Amino acid sequence: MNATLFATLVAIVKKDLLIEWRTRARLSALVFFSVAALLMFSFALGADIQTMRDHAGGYLWLGLLFASVLALSEAFRVEAENRALEAVLLTPADARAVYLGKALANALLLLLLGALLVPMMLVLYDVGLDGPLHALRLLAVVALGVFAISAPGTLLAAISTNAKSKDLLLPVLLFPLLVPVLLAAVKATALVIAGDPMGDAFTWLSLLVAFNVVYWALGFLLFPSVVDE
Amino acid sequence: MSAESTKRPLGQWLVLGTGVTLLGLGEYLGLFWAPPEMAMGDVMRIIYVHVPSGWLALVAFLSTAIFSGLYLRTKTPRYDHIADASAKTGTVFNAMSLATGMIWAKPTWGVWWSWDPRLSFTLIMFLLYVAYSALRRFVDDTESRARWAAVYGIFASVSLPLVYYSANWFRSLHQPHSTPQTVDASMKLPLRINAFAFLFLMIWFIWRRYELLRADAAHESTPPPA
Repeated sequence: MNATLFATLVAIVKKDLLIEWRTRARLSALVFFSVAALLMFSFALGADIQTMRDHAGGYLWLGLLFASVLALSEAFRVEAENRALEAVLLTPADARAVYLGKALANALLLLLLGALLVPMMLVLYDVGLDGPLHALRLLAVVALGVFAISAPGTLLAAISTNAKSKDLLLPVLLFPLLVPVLLAAVKATALVIAGDPMGDAFTWLSLLVAFNVVYWALGFLLFPSVVDE
Repeated sequence: MSAESTKRPLGQWLVLGTGVTLLGLGEYLGLFWAPPEMAMGDVMRIIYVHVPSGWLALVAFLSTAIFSGLYLRTKTPRYDHIADASAKTGTVFNAMSLATGMIWAKPTWGVWWSWDPRLSFTLIMFLLYVAYSALRRFVDDTESRARWAAVYGIFASVSLPLVYYSANWFRSLHQPHSTPQTVDASMKLPLRINAFAFLFLMIWFIWRRYELLRADAAHESTPPPA
């Protein structure tokens, strides 16, 4: 990666995280939404603690997935207002670096959300973790999953923000694409929580890594075509 | 015959004629000439429709990916129309393979649907290309529509190898791929003929759909009468 590309990337990440920090109301609303979603799953299911414990990973990822759609469309609504994205692209900045920066900022935001939701999951669904190493492994799965959501999500949010009925279009475009991520992340999370006697976790983690590689690369290559005016 | 249809290129009639003829021959061989399968009996004859429609859906979606790439490279509207026409045609073939698969699954597996990798990925592929068509509907500007659809067409094509290899890669209820070595010649022949019949019909569908899209585009770019 050459130096200018990297500098642009860092500048965009800084800018996005600064906006997030200065409009903390948005971030807290997002956290509230995801916690409410986790609560609703447990209400919808009835208070069967064994079922909740067994499916904790699934609820966690559904909560994260729904929250990520809101977070992603918010991230681009800010850019669409006052045509801020166009202004960024008018600078000599490489559009590909802008994509990497925005996708990385979104991923970090979702990672923060995930890190807040995991303790909620442990409490609400009575999942036990033994020790900080176990928690770290769980966080690693969450990181792989949210990076996989952010790569195609950022690019598709850039598309849907400029289309009609954008709030409807983003999940329509994104959800079918993310089914492999949901599947792999839920399985890997469940294996980390409940233990992995057969050594299956590696398969699901490699699927997540492969998804990340493919979509970060595709996003990097295709983003200039998305914003090309 | 109307004046409109006589203008149709001869090649298109040839493609349609070949497709229909092969389809008739393939269906006859599949239904009456080929022997019933040892374990499944006559039920298995649905394979002569199920397998070619699955194959051709993949071929059509591959064409969407290729022409999407070509469009992004050259910005020629023609490529966008071919990509769109291929996606729509592929969606129909995809739906057909899902439907025939379910009809076949009921008597042999005992259920209409099973959440097995091959079936799940095929369903996801269907949803992806429905989303592709939805995206086109949500964008008014012709040029942005073509660009964004092309990007999504390439995104969606990542599912193709997953669908194709899922029966072999994962522990799947769906049987692994048969090869010419594992299928008796009496079943191979109707399957091959039907595959070519479907190929010609698919080309015809894409061609016709492409003409419609061209006509639409020409209509859109014509200013309304003052």
